[in-house]
Amino acid sequence: MSVFPYLVAAWIFLVGCYGLATSRNLLHAVGCLAVCQSSTYVLLLAVGFRDGGTAPVFSDLTPGSRPVVDPVVQALALTDVVVGATLTALLLALVIQVSKRHGTVDPDELSELRG
Amino acid sequence: MNQLLPLIVAAPLLGAALLVATGRRLRRIVAEAVGCAVAAATAGLAVYLLVSSSSRPLVEWVGGWTPRDGHSVGIVLVGDQVALGLASVISLLVVAVLAYSWRYFDEPPQQQTGTFPALVLLFQAGMCGFVLTGDLFNAFVFFELMSVVAYALTGYRVEEAKAVQGALTFGVVNSLGAYVTLTGLVLLYARTGELGMREIGRALDARGGPDALVLVAFAFVLTGLLVKAAAVPFHFWLPDAHAVAPTPVCMLLSGVMVELGVYGAGRVYWTVFAGPGGVAPSDAERALVTLGTASALVGAVMCWQQRHIKRLLAYSTVAHTGLFLVGLGLLAPDSTTGIALYVLAHAGVKAALFACAGILLDRYGSVDAHELHGRARRLPLVAGLFTAGGLALAGLPPFGTALGKALTEEAAGTPLTVLFVGVSALTGGAVLRVAAGVFGGWGPRPSGDDTYETGGERENPETSGTRGRVPDTMVAVPAVLLACALAVGVVPAVATHVGHAVDEALPGTASVVPEWTTTGVLLGLLSALLAAAVGTYAALHPPGATARDRTAPLRRLHSGHIGDYVAWLLVGMALLDALTFPGYLAS
Amino acid sequence: MSRRLRMWVLALGTAGVAVLLVVAYLELPGFGGDSHPYGDRAVSAALAHRTANVISSVNFDQRGFDTLGEESILFAAVLGTVVLLRQTRDERQVEPAPAPVAAFVRRYAVHALPVTLLVGLYVVAHGQLSPGGGFQGGVVVATALHLLYIAVDYRALERVRPLWLFTLGDAVGEASYALLGIAGLLWGTAFLADFVPLGTFNTLSSGGTVPLLNAAIGIEVACAVVVLLARFLDQAVEIEKAR
Repeated sequence: MSVFPYLVAAWIFLVGCYGLATSRNLLHAVGCLAVCQSSTYVLLLAVGFRDGGTAPVFSDLTPGSRPVVDPVVQALALTDVVVGATLTALLLALVIQVSKRHGTVDPDELSELRG
Repeated sequence: MNQLLPLIVAAPLLGAALLVATGRRLRRIVAEAVGCAVAAATAGLAVYLLVSSSSRPLVEWVGGWTPRDGHSVGIVLVGDQVALGLASVISLLVVAVLAYSWRYFDEPPQQQTGTFPALVLLFQAGMCGFVLTGDLFNAFVFFELMSVVAYALTGYRVEEAKAVQGALTFGVVNSLGAYVTLTGLVLLYARTGELGMREIGRALDARGGPDALVLVAFAFVLTGLLVKAAAVPFHFWLPDAHAVAPTPVCMLLSGVMVELGVYGAGRVYWTVFAGPGGVAPSDAERALVTLGTASALVGAVMCWQQRHIKRLLAYSTVAHTGLFLVGLGLLAPDSTTGIALYVLAHAGVKAALFACAGILLDRYGSVDAHELHGRARRLPLVAGLFTAGGLALAGLPPFGTALGKALTEEAAGTPLTVLFVGVSALTGGAVLRVAAGVFGGWGPRPSGDDTYETGGERENPETSGTRGRVPDTMVAVPAVLLACALAVGVVPAVATHVGHAVDEALPGTASVVPEWTTTGVLLGLLSALLAAAVGTYAALHPPGATARDRTAPLRRLHSGHIGDYVAWLLVGMALLDALTFPGYLAS
Repeated sequence: MSRRLRMWVLALGTAGVAVLLVVAYLELPGFGGDSHPYGDRAVSAALAHRTANVISSVNFDQRGFDTLGEESILFAAVLGTVVLLRQTRDERQVEPAPAPVAAFVRRYAVHALPVTLLVGLYVVAHGQLSPGGGFQGGVVVATALHLLYIAVDYRALERVRPLWLFTLGDAVGEASYALLGIAGLLWGTAFLADFVPLGTFNTLSSGGTVPLLNAAIGIEVACAVVVLLARFLDQAVEIEKAR
């Protein structure tokens, strides 16, 4: 069972990609991209887990008294979350403009760029 | 000296913050001057560190976290000659772009006069951080910084329907690629417990031979970088984005950002995966050369089909980046030196060509070769620059592109030499065909079939009304850029330095001195001649509908549909690993 | 490509990637394993620098350069949104109409606002001690102000939210981080070095530069989120197509 959390991450990535590829609405597509990114959060935190570990915060914990989980992946996940949130904001701003200029947010109906 | 490395990143960030903080009160001319000054100061710092580090690379542990017992908890910046050289080129091109776009956009956003230069400075910081860092996660962070700025800059002209669509496609596809890279990085972290590239490589080697996890991590880490490098089948976003971005931004995107994908792939391979615990050279070579060849061919064929001038230049970037990947993928110091020179000169040539396209857009409100047919006769200087750019793209000696191409061809052998000559002739020929039609009015006015192509007519000019004449800066910048590309080929010291830099960065040393050979000059002349011939022929005899039908299936794949691009990205990931697995399975 | 063809390409790609993911993940060290060399080093380094919250130590001290890039991404995204959601020539600004607010909603929001603001500031200030920090606290602070939109209306929010001030704060936060890095170079050993006295473990002033960098990030994030949301709210409330 020790690979199960990793397989969850894989599943999240694949469903996100499926949603992104088959999306009929650009807002939904941006959401699917965020789903793909969530897979990296799950993977990061799963990789850093230690059996019986607690949070690596020593304000109420004597150092060495208990195992702690890997703090590095948590810091990386925080960076990843910030990157994802700001990126989503920027992409949503673009979706607003696409909807204004094209009058639609269905990728099937955007046909200005091709060939 | 090495303590100064982080300043190459911090200086433009501070400049951007200053511009945003004072943006309300600054006059436009002051904001643009500040942007130029900060970019130039950063370029000066990068060049100074480049010159002063010629004996040994600068290594800086940010925050003073130097390794103890061989391990550190910090981030390392590695200022070797290649990285500092690239940081210098990036910074100098940023200065050129800011000079070109001096009073370029007609209306800065309300109360934010400094927004465009601030975004360009952030772009510079992101690219410089990406080339300097020796830490894999830090590379991801700066990769994302340059990407985010690039999306915003691509969509800068929000009133253009195409621009916002292209920027969104760019954003979605590149972000997905970046997340795949992050997944690969986490796999490596889980295996080795390290994030520094050199440390990961060492830990992999200590473990012995590679297993499936290492090969998958290789393909995943490379995916994001190859999306940025627009390798087939990850390339679909590039023409959509580069055709619609404001011209000064295109100069940066095509001139250096795309090439950073190739650089990143090379750096990751050599530092992380080149050892016995990584990916066997034959497997990596198979993957990179195959994708590179495919990109070169697809890019060249699609480039030839275009009537939208910026889209044409964008596809030529796909083709040339394919050639760069082939040269890099040969994994030898000789071909890598050639590619380094090629990239250097290509940055100047491609930026100059985009700059000329920007002048056309400024004058005529169109970048459509059919609509502009014969209309630009009164711009002889621009015509000269555009034609020279086309010939340089085709590899006419003594441009640096020709020198780099010749060195790579020599290292690559006959079949790949044919590819190099053919692809550069076709892309150069496409540019020359446009030059002959638009500036010379040669041949009949061509007609498109309009069914499945992107035209470039009825675009809003990016500039503030048509002035009496083309601003001097807009002509001077492409001229200087082309002169730089020429200098790369003509000044022997440049080639020697690039040779040394590559030897220092790679484990082996080059067997030949990077200089002109008779064969190289003849091959360069051949491809330039071929380009001139096909360009002239096509201008005089525009291809009919039947000729275009043959490439229709390929053109139909470039549908502008995000879903298609994502599907191809997944296929590309699988393909990349399918190409690296055979050696592992056989062992 | 037709939808049918896309589905075939997608099926091929998904199948390939699924195989890769499973093959690779089966080789990962088992979930909950004990080998985390970098993590163990990070814990000792954090304790050596008297930072009780190891994650803050990683973010602001050990890997502070990552955070410089990260806050710049936020800074760039805000700047990008300002550009992308600007009022274009064919649009005009309308006065937002006041909307009726149910009394209990108003009461809730008015009471929740100061508490939320305080919690946000607390989370920023205690980043080196307990879970949280500039990013988390900054978002809470920014959210607190938006309770005014719920409690009263958009004009009330606009009155407490002079955008030029928050844009300035955004830039000041961004610059402070880089300047603290340069200060580390001038008075310490290297860019972003922990150059101020480390203080007493588990107190507000512990961790050297960590609380200072945390504060810089807190200012930037709070201001950036306000500006970012303002652009989206303007689109929803104020900007409409000119007739």
